[in-house]
Amino acid sequence: MAQVMDRFVGQRVLRKEDPELITGRARYVESISLPGMVWMAVVRSPFAHARIRRIDTARAAAMPGVIGVFTAADLEGEWGGPLPFVWPITEDIKVPVHWPLTTDKARYQGDGVAVVVAESRGQAEDAAEAVAVDYEPLPAVTDLEQAATDAVLIHDDLGTNVVVHWSHGGAGDQSVFESAPVVVKERYVAPRLIPNAMEPRGCVADVNPAMGEFTLYSATQIPHVARVTLGGTCNIPESKLRVVAPDVGGGFGSKLNIYAEEALALVLARRLKRPVKWVEARSENYLATIHGRGVIHDVEIAATEEGKILGLRVKELADMGAYYQLLTPGIPELGGWVYMGPYDMQAYWYEFTGVLTNATPTDAYRGAGRPEATYVLERAVDALARRLGKDPAEVRRISLVPPFTEARAAISGLNVDSGNYEAAFDRALELVGYDELRREQAERRQRGDVKQLGIGLSSYIEMCGLAPSNILGALRYAAGGWDACTVQCLPDGKVVLKIGTSPHGQGHVTTWAQIAADTLGVTPDDVEVFHGDTSVAPLGMDTYGSRSVSVGATALYYALEKIKEKARTLAAHELEVAEEDLEFEAGSFRVKGAPDKVRSITELATSAWHAHNLPAGFEPNLEATAVWDPPNFTWPAGTHVCVVEVDTETGGVEISRYVAVDDCGRVINPMIVEGQVHGGVAQGIAEALFEEARYDANGNLMTSTMTTYLVPSAAELPTFTLDRTETPSTTNPLGVKGIGEAGTIAAPPAVVNAVIDAVSHLGVTHIDKPVSPERVWRAIRAAKGGAA
Amino acid sequence: MIPAPFEYARAESVDHAIELLTANPDSKVIAGGHSLLPLMRLRLARPAMLVDISRIGDLAYVREDSGEVAIGALTRHHDVANSEVLHELCPIVSYTAGQIGDPQVRHVGTIGGSCAHSDPASDMPTVLVALGATLTVRGPGGASRVVPAADFFKGLFEPDLASNEIVAEIRVPVTRGRGWSYLKFHRRAQDWALVGVAALAGDGGAPAVALTNMGERPVRAIGVEEALAGGADPATAAMRADEGTNPPSDTFGSAEYRRELAKVLVRRALEEAAAR
Repeated sequence: MAQVMDRFVGQRVLRKEDPELITGRARYVESISLPGMVWMAVVRSPFAHARIRRIDTARAAAMPGVIGVFTAADLEGEWGGPLPFVWPITEDIKVPVHWPLTTDKARYQGDGVAVVVAESRGQAEDAAEAVAVDYEPLPAVTDLEQAATDAVLIHDDLGTNVVVHWSHGGAGDQSVFESAPVVVKERYVAPRLIPNAMEPRGCVADVNPAMGEFTLYSATQIPHVARVTLGGTCNIPESKLRVVAPDVGGGFGSKLNIYAEEALALVLARRLKRPVKWVEARSENYLATIHGRGVIHDVEIAATEEGKILGLRVKELADMGAYYQLLTPGIPELGGWVYMGPYDMQAYWYEFTGVLTNATPTDAYRGAGRPEATYVLERAVDALARRLGKDPAEVRRISLVPPFTEARAAISGLNVDSGNYEAAFDRALELVGYDELRREQAERRQRGDVKQLGIGLSSYIEMCGLAPSNILGALRYAAGGWDACTVQCLPDGKVVLKIGTSPHGQGHVTTWAQIAADTLGVTPDDVEVFHGDTSVAPLGMDTYGSRSVSVGATALYYALEKIKEKARTLAAHELEVAEEDLEFEAGSFRVKGAPDKVRSITELATSAWHAHNLPAGFEPNLEATAVWDPPNFTWPAGTHVCVVEVDTETGGVEISRYVAVDDCGRVINPMIVEGQVHGGVAQGIAEALFEEARYDANGNLMTSTMTTYLVPSAAELPTFTLDRTETPSTTNPLGVKGIGEAGTIAAPPAVVNAVIDAVSHLGVTHIDKPVSPERVWRAIRAAKGGAA
Repeated sequence: MIPAPFEYARAESVDHAIELLTANPDSKVIAGGHSLLPLMRLRLARPAMLVDISRIGDLAYVREDSGEVAIGALTRHHDVANSEVLHELCPIVSYTAGQIGDPQVRHVGTIGGSCAHSDPASDMPTVLVALGATLTVRGPGGASRVVPAADFFKGLFEPDLASNEIVAEIRVPVTRGRGWSYLKFHRRAQDWALVGVAALAGDGGAPAVALTNMGERPVRAIGVEEALAGGADPATAAMRADEGTNPPSDTFGSAEYRRELAKVLVRRALEEAAAR
């Protein structure tokens, strides 16, 4: 691990970005208003599946303030191609064509069929209501297994809904699934989830018609990816398109995408020569922003009589939705590399089948494949323990991979950078008081209390730091996984960072400033961080997959190294010594043995700017750019323990304790790391107990508002007990691994395992997510011999 | 989404509000707006005019009056919850007001609005039915009538209220010394009850029990009350909680589950009321 001074790194530095965010002075897309700007509203199909016979726009076009009504046919000539899909994971994958407005059929409730542009938002929405679409409703299918029968075809030209099959191919001796002393088979059904960023999506497309230049302001996680891909879709040279992500209020993967509205706003700005704005309503968010999960897993876990895990075999059915969005079929595949979790095993198998349905497209949602994998594994381990009559902690403990500090090949085939799973596991059990809880559980069971106690464990690893470009290439992903940073030391002693990551709540501005401040001998307040604007920081791959610290901050690290080297040359010149006679500490070069002969980097920045007396060949200014392509992923890990009380009469679940011990490698800002864990665990608890997108038989989304789609509030969440172990990554010189998704990955099985554990003595062995009170009540009743 | 276009008028007094309502047949009263505005934003409700009564000052009060407690219709849930008069004289009302929605809802929503909306999933109507409360309704020409709560809540979003009438006051009995309980089962703190139960120890007679969200309107648990009057213990009586009810099935829970929840909650509410 490289040497970084720790004046600020590792400290709970208050977030620089918070004052404007918490005083209502942030600049979101909604706050952007440009001269001459008009509003766009999307006419969305109320049917999940319907042929479009005719669209009558006359009445809408005549309404007050309306500038134009456009159908797919009206915009046909605008496109350079369909909406981007960049991850064709197999050679024979079937790819549905996805235009910004559908041309023939509506394929999910919310599919865009026309757009209205008007002077005000209200006028646009009123006119959108007046667009008369003659639909011929068709049978709709949202059930995965039903869709797989092809009784209803989503895309007639593809001839099937079963569009992709990807197999990891397996590793190790597959015969263990026949020969092992114990093989437990389980089936888990996980519903779709609807991401709920605080700020919905939105964009403003601006145009300079004379120059043919465009600026897109978008509530996006990926301004750089948007620039390349939207340029292609909208027939705009990348050089003529600037994408700005202003303050962005959360994403959770839902803004790791390129959406129809962004493309429509751009081409309409070109057509109308006026800025075009669109802001998503929350009810639109539920229909038209990607969903997550939506999977069925069949799992087999093989083990010895002692519970030592021998192998895991997983077959998954994954809901793609009506079209692919940016990455859709790549999400299950991402999980396909981590189903083994932190356990040592001899055999591994993973495959999945992707199926189209009449529902909103799915894509990356916080964790993206890894929560699915961890859930299946950790549920299966508990099922194994139950089968063997053993303590689930014991079964886990004997299967954990022992500590390792250099990269180790996991059975799934990738190299894990470092790990100490036992340390986190032991610490989590100690913090929660595991043995005491088991005693209390036994007492309550004996007394037959109405409220029973359950303890749920979840040990996980995840694969972050997306990603080594050569691996992405081998996986048929259409881009690299590098990132870039430019450091500029200004003559007044201040520092500017321009970085290719694009935060939307993560606290990057503070974190990156801490790293730069320590190296350059300044304070975080002296460091300005610019991001999320392709004109300011043109090189970047943006923020998702817990990649920003391990890839982005490592690019920053190497840019700082270049600054140091350049400064050293200038310091040697000014102090009239050889470079090797200088030592560097806390932002200053001193002559060895003559500590009063010193030049700080900020002083050197000033003289490099004056350029009055530079060494031969020295370029004026102290500025450097580094691009970092990681040699490997990073692999955070940890153990979470959830304690619940289950009311056996009502099925109600209350979380009484939650302990999370995570290992994300080196920690730059513990407060920010804890914030990420809090949010992630909250989201994981939501997935375990509350959230579920439900459709009726006609494909209507029944959970279409925040009244019926249950995002929990602070009132439903316990106080979290957090701790960390620290196993530095060997992938990057900072030793960092990433923490953005850990909570969401670890929490769902911890919670569900806890609930099942609470009622397992009554005979309950399985409840699917979300573990609603009614499901718990039914499971108890069924176990007692009643109806399910 | 944003609502469809509508006119807005602010009423200066109850009579002024009634005039506006009479003159504009497709108008709706808005007080706190917590039920109406979401419907309007989804364009499920599209009144031509909103008559805003929230600034009428003399409709927000809680006071003892002729052996009852009179609550002005525009009293916010938060103020009902924190009323010393109610804590003392009819605590089930103040307690329940504190369980409605979340703090934002309680600071803006009103007791009269909650009644006029007549949502069977709302908490306060159930409590009023259990209490045998009355509602004072004012109409055109200075007309005023008093309606028992049990009659006022006629059906799903269907109060006994003409389009140009306004709920002016809610009157509840003094229950000092009587045990009480309001229990509700919900998924999240701010959610409507899957099932709620108001129980009030008898004033000489058997306890009164009413149910939230077990049909199209708040109803008395007749079977339970009958069993208790006949001398049954709470656990036995509670088994009849779903008699005569017609609970909904929705994404929160099935009718079957609600019936079972009602039995559990009625038993617990009776036990709590007896202990209080």
